[in-house]
Amino acid sequence: MDKRRLTREQIAKRIAKELREGDVINLGIGIPVLVSNFVSPESEYIYHSEQGVLGMGSLAEPHEADPDLVNASKEPVTLVPGGSFSHSADSFAMVRGKHIDVAILGGMQVSENGDLANWKVKDVGLGGIGGAMDIAIGAKSVYVAMTHTNKDGGPKIVKKLDYPVTALNCVSTIFTDMAVIEVTRDGLVLKEIAPGFTAEEVQKATEPKLILSPNLKEIAIS
Amino acid sequence: MINKVFNSAEEAIADVWDGSTILFGGFGGAGLPYEIIYALYRQGAKEITAVSNNPGYHEEGIAKLIAHDRISKLLCSFPVQKDSYVFREKFNQGKVDLELIPQGTLAERIRAGGAGIEAFYTPTGVGTEIAEGKDEQEFDGIPCILEKAIKGDFAFIKAKKADRWGNLVYNKSGRNFNPVMAMAGKITIAEVDEIVEVGELDPESIVTPGVFVQRVVKRS
Repeated sequence: MDKRRLTREQIAKRIAKELREGDVINLGIGIPVLVSNFVSPESEYIYHSEQGVLGMGSLAEPHEADPDLVNASKEPVTLVPGGSFSHSADSFAMVRGKHIDVAILGGMQVSENGDLANWKVKDVGLGGIGGAMDIAIGAKSVYVAMTHTNKDGGPKIVKKLDYPVTALNCVSTIFTDMAVIEVTRDGLVLKEIAPGFTAEEVQKATEPKLILSPNLKEIAIS
Repeated sequence: MINKVFNSAEEAIADVWDGSTILFGGFGGAGLPYEIIYALYRQGAKEITAVSNNPGYHEEGIAKLIAHDRISKLLCSFPVQKDSYVFREKFNQGKVDLELIPQGTLAERIRAGGAGIEAFYTPTGVGTEIAEGKDEQEFDGIPCILEKAIKGDFAFIKAKKADRWGNLVYNKSGRNFNPVMAMAGKITIAEVDEIVEVGELDPESIVTPGVFVQRVVKRS
C-alpha cells in the first residue's frame, strides 16, 4: 500500500473527530486553525480567542471587517450569535481557570511525559509567548498538531525537550502526519498509524519507546 | 460638577514625566489609543517603561516611541510579530530592555496592580525560562511561581464611549487590556470615540466605572 504522510488538512480533519458538540475550543495558528473547517456545520462549538472573544466566527469579509474585532493573529473576524467579549484578564481567567475544554496547538517538540515546546526555536534571542504558556497549562485537554519529524528528518517527539519549554506535562494527545499518540502515565501509547506505515516505522521516527495500543488501527482519512 | 473631559490629547498627557511607567492598552491595533500615544511622542517624554502586549507594527503606535528611543524598557507578551522590526532593531542595539511575560500573566499582574493584590502564585510558566529567579511553591499539588503586580504611573487606554464621570464602554475585542490597565494606572487617560451625557450609558453595560478613570479625551 501507498506510504503517504498525512497532509496538514488530513491532520486537521482527524483532530476534528475528537471534538464534541458544545466544546469550548482554543485554536493555535498553523494546522490548528484548519480544524474548524472539518467540524459539522450543524453542531455548535464555541471558539475562544485569547484577546477576549468567546464565540468567534469565521474570518470577516472586507465589508463587515471591524479593526476592533480580530483573532489572535490580528485578522478581522466575525462573532457568532451568542458570542461575547471580555477583557484580557477575564479571557485568561477562562483559560487559566480550566474553563476551556480543548486547546489545539502547534508543536516544535513534545516529550515523553507531555512537556511541550512551541514558542521559540533554539538559539534565537527573541521569541514571543503570547498566550501559549497559559493555554498549554490551562486547557482541560491539549492536542498537539505537528509533523512527526523535523526538516532534517529527526524526531520531534523526544525523551527530553531541548527547545525552550512552553509548559510541562500538558499534552494529552499528539496528532502527526504519521500517527496518533496518547500521552499516559505509563508513557506514549501509539493508537493510530497513517495508511501504509508500520508501527516499527513510526517507532523509528520517534525517540522515546512507544507502547502499542491493543486497539492499534489505521488513521481513517476519508 | 465632575468633569474629567480634557479638550485635547496634548493637554491630557502634558504632565507625563521622563522615567514614568505607562500602561498602553490594545491588542495589535484593536483598542489602541493612537492619538494620545502620538501626543506623547510630540510632548517628548523619554526613558519610559512601557507595558504593552505588543511592541507596535512598522512605526505605528508605540513603535513610533521605540523608534525615537523614548522607551527604555518594554514589558510585553509578544514582541516578534513580523512587522515589529522597529522593536527588534532597537532591542538588538541594546536601546530597549525587554521583560517577556505570558499574556495571561501579564493581564493578571496588571489586574492585581489595580486591585490591591501585590503578588500571586500561578502555574503558568513553571519549568520555563519565565520561572527563572522566581519563588516556586506547590498549592494543592500544583507547582506555581510567584508573580508580582504591575502598576502604572499612567494608563493610556482606548474606549468607545465615555461620559464626563469617566464611565466607559468598549468596542468588541478592542476591550482587551484596556479595562485592567484603567484599574492599574494612577492617572488613567481614556481616548474615546464619543462622549455622551451622564446617565446616557446603561449602568448594567458600563464596563469600566469612572472611579478607575481620571481623564477622558475625544479622538479627533
